[in-house]
Amino acid sequence: MPILEHLWIIPLLPLLGATVNGLFGRTWPNKIVNSVAIGATGLSFLAALEAVREFFLLSPEQIPWVRQYFSWIEAGNFRAGFDLQVDQLTVVMLLVVTGVGWLIHIYSTGYMAHEGGYYRFFAYLNLFMFFMLILVMAANYVLLFVGWEGVGLASYLLIGFYFLRKSAADAGKKAFIVNRIGDFGFMLGMFLLFRTFGTLDFFKHAGAGGALGLFDKAAPLSAEAMGHLGTLTVACLLLFMGAAGKSAQIPLYVWLPDAMEGPTPVSALIHAATMVTAGVYVVARSHVLFMHAPTAMLVVAVVGCATALFAATIGLVQTDIKKVLAYSTVSQLGYMFLACGVGAFSAGIFHLMTHAFFKALLFLAAGSVIHAMGGEQDMLHMGGLSKKIKWTYVTMFTGTLAIAGIPPLSGFFSKDSILLSAYQSENGGPNVGHILYAAGLFTALLTSFYMFRLIFLTFFGKERYDEHHVHVHESPKSMLVPLAILAVLSIVGGWLAAPAFWGKPDYFAKFLEPVFAAPGASEAGTAEAVVHALETPLAIVAVITALAGLLAAYWLYVKQPSKPDKLAKFFGGAYQTLLHKYYVDEFYNAAVVRPLMWLSTNVFWKAVDVSIIDGAVNGIAEGITVVGDGTRRTQSGNTRSYAVWVVVGAIVIVAVIFWPHVRPVLGVVR
Amino acid sequence: MTASLIIFFVLAALAVGGALSLIFQKHPIHSALSLIVVMVALAGLYLLLGAEFVAAVQIIVYGGAIMVLFVFVIMLLNAGIEEHTNFSKLAGFPGLLLAFALTGFIAATIARSTDTVQAAAQPGNMASTKDLSTMIFKDFVYPFELTSFLILVAVLGAIVLAQREKA
Amino acid sequence: MIPTNYYIVLSAILFGLGVLAFIFKRNIISIFMSIELMLNAVNLAFVAFSQAMHKLDGQVFVLFVIVVAAAEAAVGLAIIILTARNRQSLNVERVDLLKL
Repeated sequence: MPILEHLWIIPLLPLLGATVNGLFGRTWPNKIVNSVAIGATGLSFLAALEAVREFFLLSPEQIPWVRQYFSWIEAGNFRAGFDLQVDQLTVVMLLVVTGVGWLIHIYSTGYMAHEGGYYRFFAYLNLFMFFMLILVMAANYVLLFVGWEGVGLASYLLIGFYFLRKSAADAGKKAFIVNRIGDFGFMLGMFLLFRTFGTLDFFKHAGAGGALGLFDKAAPLSAEAMGHLGTLTVACLLLFMGAAGKSAQIPLYVWLPDAMEGPTPVSALIHAATMVTAGVYVVARSHVLFMHAPTAMLVVAVVGCATALFAATIGLVQTDIKKVLAYSTVSQLGYMFLACGVGAFSAGIFHLMTHAFFKALLFLAAGSVIHAMGGEQDMLHMGGLSKKIKWTYVTMFTGTLAIAGIPPLSGFFSKDSILLSAYQSENGGPNVGHILYAAGLFTALLTSFYMFRLIFLTFFGKERYDEHHVHVHESPKSMLVPLAILAVLSIVGGWLAAPAFWGKPDYFAKFLEPVFAAPGASEAGTAEAVVHALETPLAIVAVITALAGLLAAYWLYVKQPSKPDKLAKFFGGAYQTLLHKYYVDEFYNAAVVRPLMWLSTNVFWKAVDVSIIDGAVNGIAEGITVVGDGTRRTQSGNTRSYAVWVVVGAIVIVAVIFWPHVRPVLGVVR
Repeated sequence: MTASLIIFFVLAALAVGGALSLIFQKHPIHSALSLIVVMVALAGLYLLLGAEFVAAVQIIVYGGAIMVLFVFVIMLLNAGIEEHTNFSKLAGFPGLLLAFALTGFIAATIARSTDTVQAAAQPGNMASTKDLSTMIFKDFVYPFELTSFLILVAVLGAIVLAQREKA
Repeated sequence: MIPTNYYIVLSAILFGLGVLAFIFKRNIISIFMSIELMLNAVNLAFVAFSQAMHKLDGQVFVLFVIVVAAAEAAVGLAIIILTARNRQSLNVERVDLLKL
């Protein structure tokens, strides 16, 4: 079992790539930088494949497969090691991260070919891969958090890649800071878990006599009552706060649309396929804890559903092609959290996987469009491109079909299983599931609508740009081949779950069952018990919804192109609100940022730093100067003064020696 | 009022008067002569205390040698009435206060202390010079030798310092 | 007999007058004489205690004090002669080369 014994190879390869490119890539020609970066990621992908192959050879008792490489922190009873693990969930994440990551690396060689800082881009991208792999393979929360923070760092570096542009630099800062707020919650959650269970390792250590992991300790506990803020509930809510920051849920989603300032491959890799899914991964990984905290699950489901709906409404009116996709990502992430919140963890992971395929595809295709249009990102200045950039059009259309949930593409299967589980959820009350389902369905309608709106605005209709200034040209092969591969994956990626429609088991869910089946007796019940009888009717409803969205978009943007403007004027106030993203950024600015700035300037800077700290330091110096000035006067150079000082000294000595007798004398003097 | 008490007060007044005179005289030679008066008074007080040898030594050495030396030097240097300069601010009023403070501390300490020797000593057998010399040459022989050495060093030092420079 | 305290108080007064002279006199030789006065005051105290305690140590010490005072006077006056030669003045306030 060569790779399974040496799991560290998988993350190490991209790290090496990053180091080599970062240190030496400055003077190298693009070809060499390419080879290093793509080679590192490709080898990592191959290693992951090999690891998966070996994984399938393991017997069930060996799973989860944990390997401890070195002891990182040992303090008293606490031990956090550089431990990597592989189980079914890891397999899925590993393949998605390395596979899609590798495709995006290849795409970037074409997209970034003419950009400055080429080596830097690939160094950061490889660095991101390293941290993401650490995150998904970590066997304890601490190492996971290392990866968590690392991907945040890589995200900051990449969003602000064009650092000479203020908006890009600001976006990078915004992403990092908002993430940090979530991380605060995450850390508190980790502390609480450590305090409760004494360990942060997920699973039992390999080998006989290994210490019990966190999940093993939590499993036999009884579930906490709804509404009661027990320890597990609070810990789960805190972990979710971190997940909300990383995966852009309400209220910490504001960084993701701004993150579109980064190059498009970055948006595809980090803000669509991998980093933003880390939050979902954490919630899925911690499912044992969440299953014991129904309140937390309800919160997750509600927040996820609300975010999905909220972001979809904003996406309806955006005109920048990447912003539409950004809000779409936020919305789809909401779906994933909705799935986790109703206990359908494998459905959430399934949607994570299919979303990685079609969202990466959509972003890369958008990048291809932007590349073709010479940098133009505003859809209102596009149009009629379907004939000019055929391959891009075909692949993008495929991705749109997938995200709208039209069978037999992958998005249909994954979204359908989420909605099914939501409908049947009874957590929080008998009708909560129905409300969630209705909201989710409405969001699906909106999703279909705005995605097809994007297609029609970009590729159909009259050209709304100046033909003489913009020379539309198809992208090079290095960009098109990954698009094609992702398109194929978007089509077939869902077929693992298809057999559920004709009585056979859902193979994807079955594969993940050992991970998500509740170990031991849990009052919250098993996670995956859904009634499949309702599956077909609900699926039909979903398809009808998707088609309705398509038709509505077709009517508004192809048949009657002037209608949208009239509707916008008619719904003036609502339209403006949506266009300005519900003014959330402005609200945060006024409620959080400005008070903090005021506090920092007036209190921490002027009062504390200048008056107190500087004042103290300067004051001491001043004081010493004053004392010195005073003491200087004793050295006057005048002998008679010296004589007097001698007498003073004599008095002091006499007083010290005769103190018991001197005290009454002093009393007389007073 | 016994006789010895009267003698004590007379001698004490003489000593204090001499000391005051030393302070208030302007010409150093007058101060020197006042100091001689003080020393003679003190010699008298030693006699009153029964220390004859010390009294004798006081007169001979202090009065006869040291003060003579002072007078020689005053004449050698042609010291005149001291000029009145007042460069030191500290040596004016504050100095006066401090001097009184010092004296006051010591005096008050003595006056208030109840465990010092208040009782008058008996006239009794005064130690004789023989006993004194025995003590010096037996118990204090080492300091005695050292002091003789010290005098030698002082003499040498004085000669070296006061030589006229080679022209 | 005369209480010992009287002698000690007298000694203290003489010492205090010596300190006054030390502070107020400007002539170097006068200051030196005030030092001698202080030494004498201390000698008186020694002898008084010696008599009170019936021990001869005090008187021995007085002898040593006198010897040392003699040596000191010799050397000190030599120095004064030198200083007077250098500065052409016996005013102690004229010796102010250390003044800024």
